[in-house]
Amino acid sequence: MELANIEKLVEKYLNAETTLQDEKTLRTYFKEAIVPTHLQEYAYLFSYFANTKDETFSQTIKLESKKSKKSTVKWLSIAASILLLFGIFIGEQAYKRHQAKKQFEQISKGLRLLSLNLKKGEVAVSSLYGYENTVKKIIK
Amino acid sequence: MNQSDFLKMVSPFKDKVFRLAKRLLISREEAEDATQELLFKLWKSKEKISDYNNIEAFAMTMTKNYCYDRLKSKQASNLTLVHTNYKEKETPLDKKVEDQDSVNLVHTLIESLPLQQKIIIQLRDIEQYDFDEICKMVAMKPVAVRVTLSRARKTIREALIKKHNYGVS
Repeated sequence: MELANIEKLVEKYLNAETTLQDEKTLRTYFKEAIVPTHLQEYAYLFSYFANTKDETFSQTIKLESKKSKKSTVKWLSIAASILLLFGIFIGEQAYKRHQAKKQFEQISKGLRLLSLNLKKGEVAVSSLYGYENTVKKIIK
Repeated sequence: MNQSDFLKMVSPFKDKVFRLAKRLLISREEAEDATQELLFKLWKSKEKISDYNNIEAFAMTMTKNYCYDRLKSKQASNLTLVHTNYKEKETPLDKKVEDQDSVNLVHTLIESLPLQQKIIIQLRDIEQYDFDEICKMVAMKPVAVRVTLSRARKTIREALIKKHNYGVS
């Protein structure tokens, strides 16, 4: 194809007015012809386009339910948070039990002290009865 | 539809899905993951698929939307930062080094385009879709598609000329 035509097509190409057919013409031209320097940039452009189209998706397509890394992370984090909640729950219970035990000990210690002192008092009071009896005897 | 039917159905456009994903997500690994995910989604909705008369266009739209979502999510934005200096591993070696440089430059130039221009230049200049199909895939009016495409092509060309005149060569 003559250069004048190519130049026209290139102009249309820049304005996005070319058809797929026109673009095919341009592609083959820039691939095969010796490109004049003022159009050199198009050669790079089209050769890039051609190279890129050769790239393929080479992995095998997995259609079975697959476990991606992301979902594993998601499940792990859910499991971790459940564990954490559970741990807090257990810990709180243990703490409460510990607290109750401490309280019980304190109260029983207090009560023991109280009863000990009461006993002392009782002994003292019973000795008072002794005095009273003596006093009564004397008065009579 | 069984598995082999499905694989037969997607084989003509799975590479296109992959290339579009790679264009948008930049890294090859991300694009591979995205393609797997998209094909798996298609497979799961295989009952609905038969209602669409143009599965390929549907798949491309899905790819576009999926990649947009990936780019929006914080995770992916970290990834794009990491991969901005990404270079194509599989460059053919039979070309002259200098030419190869300019061809690679095109890759970098397209990478720096706005998202929409990237998509449209990918769909038109690399995958060679019809304008009608592109309009459907990106949900844009024909005029808007042409304007965007023209802008992208001109930007790349100007940058290439600049490189040619003032650059090393």
